[in-house]
Amino acid sequence: MNWDRLLAMAGKEVIQIRRDARSIAIVIAMPLIMMLAFGYGVSFDTKHIPVYVFDMEGSQQSQDFLKRFQSSIYFNVVKAVDNYPDLIRAIDGGRCQIGIVIPPDFSNNLNTGKTVRIQALVDGTDSNSANLGMSYSRAVVQAYSQQLQLQWLQRQGRTNIQPLVAVDARTWFNENLESMSTIVPGVVALVMAVVGTFLTSLTIAREWERGTMEQLISTPVTPLEIMFGKLVPYMAIGLFDTCVCAAMGAWWFGVPFRGHLSVFFLGSIMFLTVVLSMGYLFSVVAKTQLAASQISLIATFLPAFLLSGFMYPIDQMPAVIRVITHIVPARYYMAILRNVFLKGTSIILMWQDFAALAIFAAVLGFAATRVFKKRLD
Amino acid sequence: MTELPNVIESRELTKSFPGILAVDHLNFSVRKGEVFGLVGPDGAGKTTTMRMLAGVLTPDSGGAIVSGFDIVKAPESAKHRISYMPQRFGLYEELTVDENIRFYAQIFGVKAAERDIRSTQLLDAAGMGEFRNRLAGKLSGGMKQKVGLVCALIHAPDLLLLDEPTNGVDPVSRRDFWRILYSLLDQGVTILTTTSYLDEAERCHRIALLHEGRMLFCDTPARLKENMPGAVLSVVTGNPRGISELLDGHDGISSMMIVGDGLHLVVKDASRMISELHSIITSATVPFDSIEQVTPTVEDLFVEAVKGNTKGNEK
Repeated sequence: MNWDRLLAMAGKEVIQIRRDARSIAIVIAMPLIMMLAFGYGVSFDTKHIPVYVFDMEGSQQSQDFLKRFQSSIYFNVVKAVDNYPDLIRAIDGGRCQIGIVIPPDFSNNLNTGKTVRIQALVDGTDSNSANLGMSYSRAVVQAYSQQLQLQWLQRQGRTNIQPLVAVDARTWFNENLESMSTIVPGVVALVMAVVGTFLTSLTIAREWERGTMEQLISTPVTPLEIMFGKLVPYMAIGLFDTCVCAAMGAWWFGVPFRGHLSVFFLGSIMFLTVVLSMGYLFSVVAKTQLAASQISLIATFLPAFLLSGFMYPIDQMPAVIRVITHIVPARYYMAILRNVFLKGTSIILMWQDFAALAIFAAVLGFAATRVFKKRLD
Repeated sequence: MTELPNVIESRELTKSFPGILAVDHLNFSVRKGEVFGLVGPDGAGKTTTMRMLAGVLTPDSGGAIVSGFDIVKAPESAKHRISYMPQRFGLYEELTVDENIRFYAQIFGVKAAERDIRSTQLLDAAGMGEFRNRLAGKLSGGMKQKVGLVCALIHAPDLLLLDEPTNGVDPVSRRDFWRILYSLLDQGVTILTTTSYLDEAERCHRIALLHEGRMLFCDTPARLKENMPGAVLSVVTGNPRGISELLDGHDGISSMMIVGDGLHLVVKDASRMISELHSIITSATVPFDSIEQVTPTVEDLFVEAVKGNTKGNEK
């Protein structure tokens, strides 16, 4: 390996990136846009579920009950209607997800000690939020009846009433159970999987497409010098992008960063080696920029999105899929990043993730050195 | 030409692609310090030959010694000493002229001081001195080729392989280009070029006529013309097509070619044919200005040679 030639390749690549608007867009705009889109767009928290109410009774008590929904952050009482068809139309039109109907005998039954039945119409198209909506409404109703019972018992002269069993739950690492805290480190991994592969997927293909490759392979430059000359600038850019994304996660989205920076950098460099080599491989094989960028999007985005534990917890997946997730490098980087952001445990406890990344980096890096030939045939 | 060691020795060089035998057992040698032209129509195998000699394509069989290195056994070894300019030259469009030169100089390990001297000399010779800081992508076709040549020459190669270097280049740039090439000969550089411009072939010391992957002739343009069987008659006329139809299949005419001012005919017996043609064309009342014997051009040579060979080779 000749350093001058390697530097010549790297220097040329840097000038090309700097002067090519599309490269700049991929380097700067793509990570920022993806961070914002996923940071804000993907949320597993269901809050402010739109609710319509139809109070058939309209008494003080029924209104009192409905205030419970209004004051909960999980619900947003959009409108009160005074007939059934309006409520149905609101659900059909997607203007609300839950319709609460209070029967005309609400306070009457309540005062005479009979069980009161409230109707809740739930839009089940999105089963996840429907489920959440139902359990939230149950919780609201339960709290309300508990309070009524307490009041009733107090009127009976009993004081100092305690619930029989209580869970004293304390959540670690993500104290407020904000899904943002889980998502953001995942988004950083997702963004870098896509951007990292994308960055290098164009470099070799561009030389083939523009016709500069034929010239280049007629010179004494070696395949290794071409590869490192191309990967070194992108490693620097990749690390810069990772830092930008992580900084956005910590300062913009307010996710805590509890781990050590060295662990963060080690994991990031290893993961970048994996994705940059992967992009380079795609670029060598595809020979056109379009094909290379499409392959890299499909090969990185979907697995990193679906199979890395970003969207769905890996231990909840069917056994076959769970096995497949082992060949998704983003899975390990995502685990490392979540750890670095939220837990800040020592690197030794993450040795499996690091070992897996090291294996990927070695295999793909080696493959990248082998696959490129200085030949047209 | 004195006997100097050959810079290229092609021995039975062969390459085929699916459905086509691109280069068919090609034997030729290029002497040190000469301009050697591979001439032939598109698809004759010129580019494939060039690529194999440049070490970017592997021959199926046969081989060649280029600058003392075997292109089959050691394809990378000759690359330090030669320079190859493909048809689509490898200028990086986002880089300026100077940056492109610097890149290739670095790749070939040229020292900065030497690079600066050489690049100034070469750019001035190419009339490109004032365009040093222009992006290569913003140059015209002729300028690109000249800058390409400067990049190719920055490491002072022994051998220059040029694939259709003046394709699509304006006449002025073409003249510049050839002037630079000739000036290289003083420095002992050997040049192998391909061209489909047959007038350009006349500028080469020796040419090889390629057709369907085979070599038809190889000699100096002058000797090839001397040894051409038959003579070339030029019929100057405004209606070459009419006359060519009239004479089609006529005994004694072995080939016909429409040229700028009329028609070129290759005939066996020039003096007899001139009078015969006079009477035929006059009686058919097709207007013409003159019929006379002319020195064959490389083009005449080529058309005649291809005609004879294509028939013999039809598969």
